[in-house]
Amino acid sequence: MAFGPHLLLATLEGLVMAAVLALMALGLSLVFGVMRVVNVAHGEFFMLGAVLAWYFSTLATGHPAIGFLLALVLSPLVVGAIAFAAERLVLRRIHYNPEATIVATIGLLYVLQQAALTFYGPDANPVVPPFNYRVLLPWFGYSGYKLAVIGASILLITLTWLVLTRTRIGLVMRATQYDRETAQAFGIPVDRVYAGVFALGAMLAAVAAVLIVPIQQAHYLMGTDPLLLSFIVVIIGGLGSLRGTVVAALLIGVSDGVISVFFSPTLAKMLATLLVAMVLVFRPQGLFGTAAR
Amino acid sequence: MTDVLAIQGLDCAYGEVQVLYGVSLSLRRGEVLCLLGRNGAGKTTLLKAIMGLVPARAGSVRLGETELTALPAWQVPKHGVAYVPQGRRLFAEMTVAENIEIGLMARGKGAATREAVLDLFPLLRERLKQRSGTLSGGEQQMLAMARALCLEPEVLLLDEPTEGLMPSMIAKIRETVVELRRRGVSTILVEQRVDAVLSVADRVAFLENGHNRETVDVAVLRADPEMVKRYVGVG
Repeated sequence: MAFGPHLLLATLEGLVMAAVLALMALGLSLVFGVMRVVNVAHGEFFMLGAVLAWYFSTLATGHPAIGFLLALVLSPLVVGAIAFAAERLVLRRIHYNPEATIVATIGLLYVLQQAALTFYGPDANPVVPPFNYRVLLPWFGYSGYKLAVIGASILLITLTWLVLTRTRIGLVMRATQYDRETAQAFGIPVDRVYAGVFALGAMLAAVAAVLIVPIQQAHYLMGTDPLLLSFIVVIIGGLGSLRGTVVAALLIGVSDGVISVFFSPTLAKMLATLLVAMVLVFRPQGLFGTAAR
Repeated sequence: MTDVLAIQGLDCAYGEVQVLYGVSLSLRRGEVLCLLGRNGAGKTTLLKAIMGLVPARAGSVRLGETELTALPAWQVPKHGVAYVPQGRRLFAEMTVAENIEIGLMARGKGAATREAVLDLFPLLRERLKQRSGTLSGGEQQMLAMARALCLEPEVLLLDEPTEGLMPSMIAKIRETVVELRRRGVSTILVEQRVDAVLSVADRVAFLENGHNRETVDVAVLRADPEMVKRYVGVG
């Protein structure tokens, strides 16, 4: 293959990765932004989303799209419910203390991971894509499903943005993020907002997982790498900045795709980590973040 | 006159440090009650305790028949207590309109309330789309008051509303307090400076080291300026 088409292929692969990463990092960023909780278990919500997607897709018979759609609806709901319960049972009891929540979510990480190993097992299982259409480009054919993943991610991020900026729920979330005490003085039940945001963050990770699972198989250890990359994206983009998260996900995803194809995946990870170090040294609030108030 | 708000034997503490010791105070319907006291006397803590933002160790805060200390903090404003915190505490990254919207949402008030509040502060009407953090100090204070008035409160808590403002703004804030009293809003006003108070207050309560020493009519205070010196230190 010539250089041009090769680069196009690498970019497309990178965009698919960026699409999934942006969704997942957005969840992490929301939870940190509103609750000031560093959710180390975020990758496990992603893993649970994928494992549950496999489970729900096996329940349905007939066309693979039925199983996939079932997973797309149910998996985020179940993951959201689990996150909601974890928030009520654990994070609320430790009063969202920053250090304690890190330790607590590390604990949650292992509980979820080992629960998946116990009930789901150590095998990797594929989910059949809902459709197998190939888009024929002049140089190569490309999976229509992967392009659909990019589209779905754009749609979901736009939707999240609309909710945050145009609805009362978004207004309440932003008020809680800026000033928790004053929000309470204006009748905002901060406590419930936290539970909702934690569930929403986990659901975004689960949706990302459902989208990826026809491309990459479901496995109980699959949460670790995306968690690391999400942290990288969120640090580069600036915590709590939706625009920063999207831009950083594109930067990391596409560069990872291109560098992995032309050089090596290890180099891609090294450069991403170097970029994080640079950002932390020279612009600690992230590319689009605002300095701490 | 009937009491709208009755505080009885209120103890409050931040962790181990006790700030309020058995404070008792009543706010009569339609009056402006001013809290005076030195820095650290517990004025702000008392307002936060009424809002439920600082938990009460002992004692009670009753709004009519409702015991406010038994409610979670976010329920207090729903019963008609509005708070203008010290330093204004606007949602600085939101627009003026969004700050007002949050005030309206607190008690489910609608467009009529919004218009009435904006009529009180016409300047804000021109700035609705502006980010509230970029307003001048006086405008921010107006917005903080407007946001609180969107609750159509029965009780209004004002924490040093004139702090750091230029004289014309101080006059505007004072006029607003008087206008609200005319409309029957009962107000607790925290101030450091006596001269800012005498013209608007009906009664004055002196806080000293977390104790409520005395509550007097403003006429008594005018007749005995020594009193101010005793509790606030300066004349």
